[in-house]
Amino acid sequence: MKLHTFKIGGVHPEDNKLSSDVVAVEAALPKVAVFPLSQHIGAPAKPVVGKGDKVKVGTMIAEASGFVSAPIFSSVSGTVAKIDTVIDATGYQKPAIFINVEGDEWEDRIDRSETLETLANHPELTPEEIVARVKDAGVTGMGGAGFPTFIKLTPPPTAKAECVIINGVECEPYITADYRLMMEHPDEILVGLDLLMKAVRVEKGFIGIEENKPEAIRLLTEKTAHDPRVEVVPLKQKYPQGGEKQLVDAVMNRQVPAPPAIPVSVGAVVQNVGTAYAVYQAVMKRKPLFERYTTVTGKRLDHPANFIVRMGTPFGQLIEACGGLPDCDNKVLAGGPMMGKAVLNLDVPVCKGTNSVTVLSGADAHRQSAQPCIRCGKCVEACPMGLEPYLLATLSSLKDYDRLEKEEVTSCISCGSCQFTCPSHRPILDNILQGKGAVMGIIKARNAAKQTK
Amino acid sequence: MGKLIVSLSPHAHGLDSVERNMRGVIIALLPALLVSFYYFGLGSVVVCLTSIASCMFFEWAITKYLLRRPTTLSDCSAMLTGLLLGMNLPSNFPIWMILIGSLVSIGVGKMTFGGLGCNIFNPALVGRCFLLVSFPAAMTSWPVSGQMDAYTDAVTGATPLSLMKTAIKTGNSHLLENLPSSIDMLLGNMSNGMGAGTMGEVCALALLLGLVYMLCRRIITWHIPVSIIATVLVFSGLLHLANPIYANPLQVILSGGLLLGAIFMATDYVTSPMTHRGQIIYGVAIGFLTVAIRNWGSYPEGMSFAILIMNAFTPLINFYVKPKRFGEKPAANR
Repeated sequence: MKLHTFKIGGVHPEDNKLSSDVVAVEAALPKVAVFPLSQHIGAPAKPVVGKGDKVKVGTMIAEASGFVSAPIFSSVSGTVAKIDTVIDATGYQKPAIFINVEGDEWEDRIDRSETLETLANHPELTPEEIVARVKDAGVTGMGGAGFPTFIKLTPPPTAKAECVIINGVECEPYITADYRLMMEHPDEILVGLDLLMKAVRVEKGFIGIEENKPEAIRLLTEKTAHDPRVEVVPLKQKYPQGGEKQLVDAVMNRQVPAPPAIPVSVGAVVQNVGTAYAVYQAVMKRKPLFERYTTVTGKRLDHPANFIVRMGTPFGQLIEACGGLPDCDNKVLAGGPMMGKAVLNLDVPVCKGTNSVTVLSGADAHRQSAQPCIRCGKCVEACPMGLEPYLLATLSSLKDYDRLEKEEVTSCISCGSCQFTCPSHRPILDNILQGKGAVMGIIKARNAAKQTK
Repeated sequence: MGKLIVSLSPHAHGLDSVERNMRGVIIALLPALLVSFYYFGLGSVVVCLTSIASCMFFEWAITKYLLRRPTTLSDCSAMLTGLLLGMNLPSNFPIWMILIGSLVSIGVGKMTFGGLGCNIFNPALVGRCFLLVSFPAAMTSWPVSGQMDAYTDAVTGATPLSLMKTAIKTGNSHLLENLPSSIDMLLGNMSNGMGAGTMGEVCALALLLGLVYMLCRRIITWHIPVSIIATVLVFSGLLHLANPIYANPLQVILSGGLLLGAIFMATDYVTSPMTHRGQIIYGVAIGFLTVAIRNWGSYPEGMSFAILIMNAFTPLINFYVKPKRFGEKPAANR
């Protein structure tokens, strides 16, 4: 079997997939569910409920505001307690809707049966109808970034989609949510892929899975054997293969040019397996996005597990369900150890993009102190975008934003491979992100100035 | 209950460290070191130990009393500089000269620039070249191998490099027939009373073993050593074909400090380019300069000068030579 992979850079972090064989179970309902209004890239959603309103599971509580935005649905039934702020995974205070949970009453339109609906039985589903249902269900990218899915399904007129790539790579260490989803709901994911292919009017679908998940590769290969349009692509294990651009390179051998180009510029529409599943549920079951697979894991947790979690559930409750935090210094991450965000407290709620709650304990929670750069060039070798991280970090510290822009800092995907590989333990990505933020601000201001002229 | 720690991503680290890399290079040098003990006996032990100990002492003393910083001995870089300096000296080199060489290596070559990571030139080579221009006689007398209990009293002889130089100067290609065979050079087996050269360069096979070790442990990549060796092979091969007064390219590669330099000195992280493209340019230039200096310069050996010259060009190479960006090349399948 020939294994594909991306061509530049990459690193090999320890796998640590502790919960691979733990079947996902439904997490207990929280007492209070908290829904930040900004769970996606784009404008925050606008609340449509007020204090004292009764809601059911699946009731829309906030609507999309603007083109790049997504509505938010309640994952619980109960009464709206307040609209206040909460510290979310980014560490910022964000407006959020708090709902006191009472019972578990679902909206009637949601089909809760387990029967598999296929596209063959639903000729009424035109591409426009699929996109509309995906948009109305508030589906956003489930891999972490949280870009509203319907936008990816309506590519700009300058680009032409040629295939849909389902991202089952899960290259982040520790996380097993996508793997469990592939093992437990392969048929739904494949119908989801079918829907995505119809929505963007293509006849080719790929499913990219890394070699460390042989069971998922076998299962999906078997399930797609009869369908010549769909191909499962086994990939060599290498981080950050789950990055959109790296995955397109690995699967199609095409490299997406520097921003503003996007994957569809080279013909690819990339969607996470979780997104494919959410699309299936949104279109076929009329179930909006309020529930997801989330891994709760850590070397020192009593029993790492996979949960089907109602959004709004606080991290603390999930960690308790796995035996609680160990008695030492801990770092609790929304996401995996490479790109996850360390949370400030355990009241942070699970959101649309929370694929994992990862607990790093003891020495793993701490960074080692930085030493002088020895100019070994290992960061340059590791960078999957072909950048020079040591240089970008230095220029960022010097605030030399002109040169930083010339050195293509905006291409950085924040994967952290540079810092992971640095023998001197230097905070390379910390510095680059600071400089990248400044440069993005400058570019935005420059474009705004151009438009007003 | 412990604290909740917060930082930016990534939260995992590959556990590579400066010390691991430096120690790796030292381990890779061990075969060559043991071979030099085997061929040069007492002298090589004295020279190496003096050089290592004095380099470490100067590093400690300078950080503690001049810079007033925490000591940096634990990163093993001073030990490596000492070892490399020792291996670049003849085994009959007097102790007081070694001390001067160590002081120049660590003090001038490294610490004046700000310590590890900041120096422009390879510290061990700065020390070596300082000694070469200060004490040319002592630095060019090469003990004949096999004198186990000799130190400064060792009998010396001409090296293959000086023989090659004489052949070019006199235009007498028959002199080259006196060179040891390539196999003997590979093993460090110097016959007919020739001096073998510095301690580190005597056995090419031991150096190549070190290269394989460093490549396997991903301490260095192939780009610098391979581009140097390939360039020397091609360039001196062409010269040999054009005129037999130039030695056989295989003997050129196996003689003198070429392999020691290509594998251990030119690959020094701090003073070599950051990108693979840059490293190849750097390696090719070192190869050319070495052959040019060996054949047409006034010294029989050109490796250390070639490396030092290219060290000076490294910042320029880093400025102009960029890695291949993602998406730079037009897509393959379109």
